[in-house]
Amino acid sequence: MKILVPVKRVVDHNVKVRVKSDGSGVDLDNVKMSINPFDEIAVEEAVRLKEAGSASEVVVVSLGGKGCQETLRTALAVGADRAIHIDAEDGVEPLAVSKCLKQVVSREDPELVIMGKQAIDDDCNQTGQMLSALLGWSQGTFASELKLNGDKATVTREIDGGLETLELAMPAVITCDLRLNEPRYASLPNIMKAKRKPMEQIPVSELGVDITPRIQPVKFAAPAPRSGGMKVADVAELVEKLRSEARVL
Amino acid sequence: MRILVIAEQENGSLVETSLNAINAAQKLAASHGSAAIDVLAAGHNTDALAAECAAVAGVDEVIQVDAPQYAASLAENITTLVVELVRTRDYQAVICASTSVGKNISPRIAALLDVAQVSDVTEIIGVGTYIRPIYAGNIMLTCESAEPVQVLTVRPTAFDKADLGGSATVTRLDAGEDAGLSSLLGRELSKSDRPVLSSAPIVVSGGRGMGSGDNYQRLLEPLADKLGAALGASRAAVDAGFVPNDYQVGQTGKIVAPELYLAVGISGAIQHLAGMSDAKVIVAINKDPDAPIFQVADYGLEGDLNELVPELTECLA
Ligand SMILES: Cc1cc2nc3c(=O)[nH]c(=O)nc-3n(C[C@H](O)[C@H](O)[C@H](O)COP(=O)(O)OP(=O)(O)OC[C@H]3O[C@@H](n4cnc5c(N)ncnc54)[C@H](O)[C@@H]3O)c2cc1C
Repeated sequence: MKILVPVKRVVDHNVKVRVKSDGSGVDLDNVKMSINPFDEIAVEEAVRLKEAGSASEVVVVSLGGKGCQETLRTALAVGADRAIHIDAEDGVEPLAVSKCLKQVVSREDPELVIMGKQAIDDDCNQTGQMLSALLGWSQGTFASELKLNGDKATVTREIDGGLETLELAMPAVITCDLRLNEPRYASLPNIMKAKRKPMEQIPVSELGVDITPRIQPVKFAAPAPRSGGMKVADVAELVEKLRSEARVL
Repeated sequence: MRILVIAEQENGSLVETSLNAINAAQKLAASHGSAAIDVLAAGHNTDALAAECAAVAGVDEVIQVDAPQYAASLAENITTLVVELVRTRDYQAVICASTSVGKNISPRIAALLDVAQVSDVTEIIGVGTYIRPIYAGNIMLTCESAEPVQVLTVRPTAFDKADLGGSATVTRLDAGEDAGLSSLLGRELSKSDRPVLSSAPIVVSGGRGMGSGDNYQRLLEPLADKLGAALGASRAAVDAGFVPNDYQVGQTGKIVAPELYLAVGISGAIQHLAGMSDAKVIVAINKDPDAPIFQVADYGLEGDLNELVPELTECLA
């Protein structure tokens, strides 16, 4: 069984991004970029399935500018077998990405797609569900546990009230939550090996998908600042302030 | 303009956040001049649910669809139903709350309609113009969508609850097919007599600094009892197994905006702040004077939580 894992290159989760001074966008100059943390978990899950003998091949795919190749190498270094870089501008919208991924699915014919539940830059939380819809497949979003048994997948999902377990007909799209696994670090020999793994490049135009943006960003702004920073000396002062100043008790 | 709001149900009753979604629909309608607002009550044995939806002020029509395949809110079944309704009843907007159910189904609806979705809207400026947080709430994006059907998920804490006192008509429509792609095997829901985390007026959250699940319970439960508060946690506390996953507040957990948020032994990572920085008043208890949480806290109390929390609980008596 082949597993396809889409990965996105995003601003590293430790970076506190800023708006450009004219409000026209996000200042990404000299900002550290990394694999989206949820996608890292997706790659790890796919590699574990391969190591357990449930999968035969793990193919990673990323859509965007040249920088994506670095992200794909990261995925290859933790055990993915080969990579596909769909060469496009950065910032393609989730609907268009899911249409491109559908084309990759029809070329590659995987039985399972595992991906992150959301990208930590646009925080959209859409692409997996959209891909599943376009393929007419089942979906198991926000997964914290995944088991495969023949033509079924059992997925435990993190929901608002706790957990729920679904049985999905395969093929399926799974989107990962944080607690699905703890991704490994790539070892130096594996990073070296990853450099020799195959990386196919496909210009996005070859996929025949209209990627024209449907949503226009108008303004980027910092959220209203909080006027925090005040310290109280002890519990008595805290309670007094909460009662008479903040009036929340 | 016609707007469809997807009501969320749990065991046959309306989930509160659906009222926030209806309020968002009312804002959208008002910005357009006027619009009809319909609510989809899909599920199994939905008479009570449909009646609850019909009692919300400002709802014009409740679409009741009743079949076993809608009981578990499975995405594959609900989305084909909604897409059919959009086509036959000509909706120009589909709205649900950005809860785990809403986030699961809405993008699937958008894709089947071939329209882009706007996620987690916190402000509606007009039809097609919205504000939403990106980068864990570090940036607020104003965006415009000219899509013929506006598919939105709305952040419940950013909208009021729609009032009750309506008397909408209820229309029963036939169920669609069971796609047969997925089925619910079971749910493990956290049981609690406390207020619901995402809408509680007071939230007490513990982080890694709690040290253990036992300590979390021993210190924070009595405090939450005194305050009538909901309990929350940082991701680190959930990952360490102190509390279940549904306690997590943050970018990838629950978004809360209570009157009072107490962060105990939480450092204040941006991903945590993303979930609680809209609280009216933030209190932080932390032993590290440089913990970033103090920068957003209205009242910071520096010291060992093992001493300060019992003292605080005592003081509230
Ligand atoms: C993609 C992604 C998504 C994430 N999503 C979320 C999310 O939704 N929610 C979330 O919370 N995090 C999230 N995180 C994790 C986040 O980055 C932080 O790692 C996490 O919030 C830290 O939790 P913490 O503050 O409890 O732990 P720490 O950062 O370890 O802080 C513990 C604090 O406790 C204090 N402390 C320790 N002992 C005591 C004591 N005895 N008395 C008083 N104070 C004490 C310490 O001074 C410290 O400030 C996410 C991370 C990533 C990468």
